Amino acid sequence: MRFVDEFRDPELADRLFSEIARVAERIGRTRTRPVTVMEVCGGHTHTIFRYALESRMPENVEFAHGPGCPVCVLPMGRIDDAIAIARRPEVIFTTFGDAMRVPGAQGTLLQARAAGADVRMVYSPLDALALARANPERQVVFFALGFETTAPSTALTVLRAAAEGIGNFSIMCQHITIIPTLRALLSQDDFRVDGFIGPGHVSMVIGTRPYDFIASEFHRPLVVAGFEPLDILQSLLMVLRQVDACTARIENQYARVVYADGNPAAMAAIDRVYETRPACEWRGLGTIAGSGLSLRPAWRAFDAEQRFAVIPHHVADPGACRCGDVLTGRIRPTQCPAFGTSCTPDCPSGALMVSSEGACAAYYQYQGQKGAA
Amino acid sequence: MSDHTIPGVGADGRITLAHGGGGTAMRALIDGVFLRAFSDDPAAPQEDQARFAMADLAALGDRLAFTTDSFVVDPLEFPGGDIGTLAVCGTVNDLAVGGARPVALSAAFILAEGLDLAVVRRIAASMAACARAAGVRIVTGDTKVVPRGACDGLFVTTTGIGVIRPGCAISIASGRPGDVVIVNGMLGDHGAAILCARGDLALDVTLGSDCAPLNGLTEALLDAVPDVRCMRDATRGGLAGVLTELAEASLVTVRIDEAALPVRPEVAGVCEILGLDPLYLANEGKLAAVVPAAAADVALAAMRAHPLGRDAAVIGRLETAAPGRSAVHLANRFGGQRVVSMPSGEQLPRIC
Repeated sequence: MRFVDEFRDPELADRLFSEIARVAERIGRTRTRPVTVMEVCGGHTHTIFRYALESRMPENVEFAHGPGCPVCVLPMGRIDDAIAIARRPEVIFTTFGDAMRVPGAQGTLLQARAAGADVRMVYSPLDALALARANPERQVVFFALGFETTAPSTALTVLRAAAEGIGNFSIMCQHITIIPTLRALLSQDDFRVDGFIGPGHVSMVIGTRPYDFIASEFHRPLVVAGFEPLDILQSLLMVLRQVDACTARIENQYARVVYADGNPAAMAAIDRVYETRPACEWRGLGTIAGSGLSLRPAWRAFDAEQRFAVIPHHVADPGACRCGDVLTGRIRPTQCPAFGTSCTPDCPSGALMVSSEGACAAYYQYQGQKGAA
Repeated sequence: MSDHTIPGVGADGRITLAHGGGGTAMRALIDGVFLRAFSDDPAAPQEDQARFAMADLAALGDRLAFTTDSFVVDPLEFPGGDIGTLAVCGTVNDLAVGGARPVALSAAFILAEGLDLAVVRRIAASMAACARAAGVRIVTGDTKVVPRGACDGLFVTTTGIGVIRPGCAISIASGRPGDVVIVNGMLGDHGAAILCARGDLALDVTLGSDCAPLNGLTEALLDAVPDVRCMRDATRGGLAGVLTELAEASLVTVRIDEAALPVRPEVAGVCEILGLDPLYLANEGKLAAVVPAAAADVALAAMRAHPLGRDAAVIGRLETAAPGRSAVHLANRFGGQRVVSMPSGEQLPRIC
């Protein structure tokens, strides 16, 4: 495939692997602790496992798999809220595919569908809006998930629904933002991550400037990265060179897509439609101030939770799972007591086992149940 | 016979509940559509069962093979085939990969009230053509009609019998360390074609299903290499499903080479966009064959000489596995290794 295979060239990869090994070796001369680099985005986690990049890392370089998979950080209570809406007979509940398998306390949306709820998979919020146009006697609800990557398309869909006067369309808003969560992670005393591979798609919208505090306040390097294996390797090398030089800057490896100022039109759409939630719950991480979006008062008519008077469920994360410790890089997935026993891709109890972008599911799928045991 | 001459069919040519009622409407549907398509002699008396002369079967081999499969697919018709060709090929292929020569099929239909009769005719015709191409006859069948909404258009179940050639001992448990794995062509075409045919992706790509009867290919392979260890058609669950079963049953490690996997650029592109893996996509005309290393070249040449094996490729080999550690390992182009796991549930497109 043109414009893809170029970023998967084995010879270039070999050169990057050797350069990574060289810089890692130099770093190892003056420090005993391994260098831990967190890839924030679930898409990066997926690439790292799919291309088995970890299997060729020097011993003193480790990946920590961060909280950037929007499906993985869905709290159980929110799934229960979604199911409560989906069960209403007048509702067609639409969602991205991989959210259908996420378990709440009341089961999954797939199970709700089997029990009679009209749950449908869509590829875009505009598909949901088209369903609303085609089914004027039904209420079509879109489960609006994701970071700044997907928030603009939901926003534009709401604006279009308003402009067309489509009254039977609403969204259940679960959009979240990465910056407050990175700040919360960095503020923890025992957060051991030395540098970040920054999210590509989110940065395409927000740009690179919002990360500046990571360098200026927390003295960690961050490199915004693309999603191909060479992107990840090059970005890792850029982070390691900064660690080696004891510098902390925000760099952009994904300049073919990401601009420093992001996408102003998308940001304007976000700003027009949403406001910041005072607090937002993340599965595995707890409640983080200012990390979620909700519809502004002007658009509340499109808020499914208000329309159907949903009483929010609050469900504690399953006790045996240590998703939070995995998300913050404190343990590896295989060190969690539930991994591969009470928590598997067929029957996930922890969030990170749910989506193929989740670190635990990726470990399980690509290294095998017994992989690192 | 035109539709309006079949009793019970309305002016708009749709299936009604009368077609399952056991009366003249049903008789007319069976005679006018299914027998017409499937029978060499529609005028012959209809018994309640098909009959086979034992001597004819015994001439083909020394054991009977018997298999069944049900088919549900949305949409019913798609580029490269329809539910009928799937139903014929699926059952023919399940017989063929066991080293059997397919002899005869049954076909049982569940039709939804309201289904367009023209669709039923087209599907029956394509089943007949496909069966002819595979050299098998559809000799018995059944039709039921259910109320609108109780089934998605049309479901088909086909059952097949075949005769296994003497001396052939193909088994999923027969793989040995050192053996090589060969596939007969491009992977994932059917799965990708169905995804695109559903039309909700707005992908401007036309992909055909690879749906095809593989018995000609398996015959050619077995003629060239009688000691083929095992064969499996890689349908639901894709090649990954077949290879994980092979590893488990034969207690071996299956090591495959990503660079050797034949995948069309269009299929790779669809997978790229949707976050799917071609290893897990369904095929309807692809098989994996395991042969002793010494026979690899002969096997590959025999497959490539057949129209359905032109893109055949050696994709990996079997290795000794420590007890309890049998698995499929994929070596990627980067020299990295990963485990290919058993497919879990349906593949769902990723959010971003």
